Amino acid sequence: MSNVKEILLNPIFNNNPIGLQILGICSALAVTTQMSVAAVMCIALTVVCAFSNFFISLIRARIPSSIRIIVQMTIIASLVIVVDQILGAVAYDISKQLTVFVGLIITNCIVMGRAEAFAMQNPPGLSFLDGLGNGLGYSAVLMSVAAIREFFGSGSLFGIQVMPLVTEGGWYTPMGLMLLAPSAFFIIGLLIWALRVWKKEQVEAPEYEIGQHTALSHS
Amino acid sequence: MSDSPGFNKDSIQNVIVIALVVCLFCAIVVAGSAVALKERRIENKALDKSKNVLIAAGLFEEGVTRVDDINTLFARFEPRVVDLRTKQLLTAAEVEAVEQELEISFADYDQRKAAKDPALSSALSDLEDIASINRREHFSLIYLLRSDAGIDRIVLPVHGYGLWSTLYGFLALEADGNTVSGITFYEHTETAGLGGEVDNPAWKAKWPGKQIYAGSGDVAMRVIKGAVDPSSAEAIHQVDGLSGATLTSKGVENLIAYWLGEEGYGPLLGSLSG
Repeated sequence: MSNVKEILLNPIFNNNPIGLQILGICSALAVTTQMSVAAVMCIALTVVCAFSNFFISLIRARIPSSIRIIVQMTIIASLVIVVDQILGAVAYDISKQLTVFVGLIITNCIVMGRAEAFAMQNPPGLSFLDGLGNGLGYSAVLMSVAAIREFFGSGSLFGIQVMPLVTEGGWYTPMGLMLLAPSAFFIIGLLIWALRVWKKEQVEAPEYEIGQHTALSHS
Repeated sequence: MSDSPGFNKDSIQNVIVIALVVCLFCAIVVAGSAVALKERRIENKALDKSKNVLIAAGLFEEGVTRVDDINTLFARFEPRVVDLRTKQLLTAAEVEAVEQELEISFADYDQRKAAKDPALSSALSDLEDIASINRREHFSLIYLLRSDAGIDRIVLPVHGYGLWSTLYGFLALEADGNTVSGITFYEHTETAGLGGEVDNPAWKAKWPGKQIYAGSGDVAMRVIKGAVDPSSAEAIHQVDGLSGATLTSKGVENLIAYWLGEEGYGPLLGSLSG
């Protein structure tokens, strides 16, 4: 049982796909200016990741290794198209704002990475949970970034005005930088830093040590 | 079969079987969902368009979310086909002739697709192409709102390039074909919070009452940097630019210059307002 819990919860802090593996950064930059949009993106990715893991795991014993990547891609792409269609039918306004990014879940390294690293070796039930867990790990980072960007960039959370804007007669001058993609880089960087201060074991060993300089030792 | 001792998942037969089965299965799922949800998607798209025509004309009230209410309001508008080559409204007979000749139907006319279809559009030269749209469709669907006194509102579809994307929207004019009654953009991918503010209601509220044409008949509408000085003689033709979005603001100015100019609806507006 603890195994199940570990598979589901580990990706949230201990092995976060964005925080530790640094995957899926592109969509984390693109869809985090508003929390409501980010939330829909998170749900879409979590659903795709969980189900692609499930289906791939289901047929893993029969997938020939020579075409395994393309088989995984086909399954992931079909799921993404279905999710995109459903969004267009039930949440039209949000799907308009997400534009190409739902389609780009296909190329999201997290989905592909979990299929290749986990679903190919594990039974369907566990694979589903692993996909769910990684989706949640992605969501945790995305929602934190979106909360910071929307709060400082537009003075609101989930579209509800928290700090009245100068342009609407309030006092808060929005931070324009927060609405541009680079701010997400800074925030994700800071989040990764914070995560590694808290969980020291995530800090990678340096690839090389800088040698002691020798110039002064002669004098 | 898969568990038989002789089974080799890397055999050529298995590669072909798995490839075919996965493709077939995925194709059925994708096609199934596309067909099942098609109607909802088309409905949503049409509803979104009607809503934006209403917003541009200033008839949309926040909170009206029921589909029926939007459709009832929208039904008051009379869609008309404009031939942008001759700048004339087509009569019902002419519309029918065009529909037969080109095998299209204006009831479900996709203006954006038409702008890319060589049979339904023409390429613009660099000099003409102020709004950076490359090709312009021959036919445009405009919406007229009539009252007892005659035409009350004219809603025109407009589009043009901003910073990252083409902005699609509607511009509504009052009966004089000069005074703006509203503007809205329903599709664009400008930077959220900067250029994306083109769909901010506070900014759109700056448009009603502005006048497009100067006394000479030229398009005088400008989106200027900074705030409009209300005491300036030009203030009636000016709207504050979006801060941090110079190119999007310029794009809006350009698309108005194009669509309301001589090449766009300009001559038609002259004849409509008499």
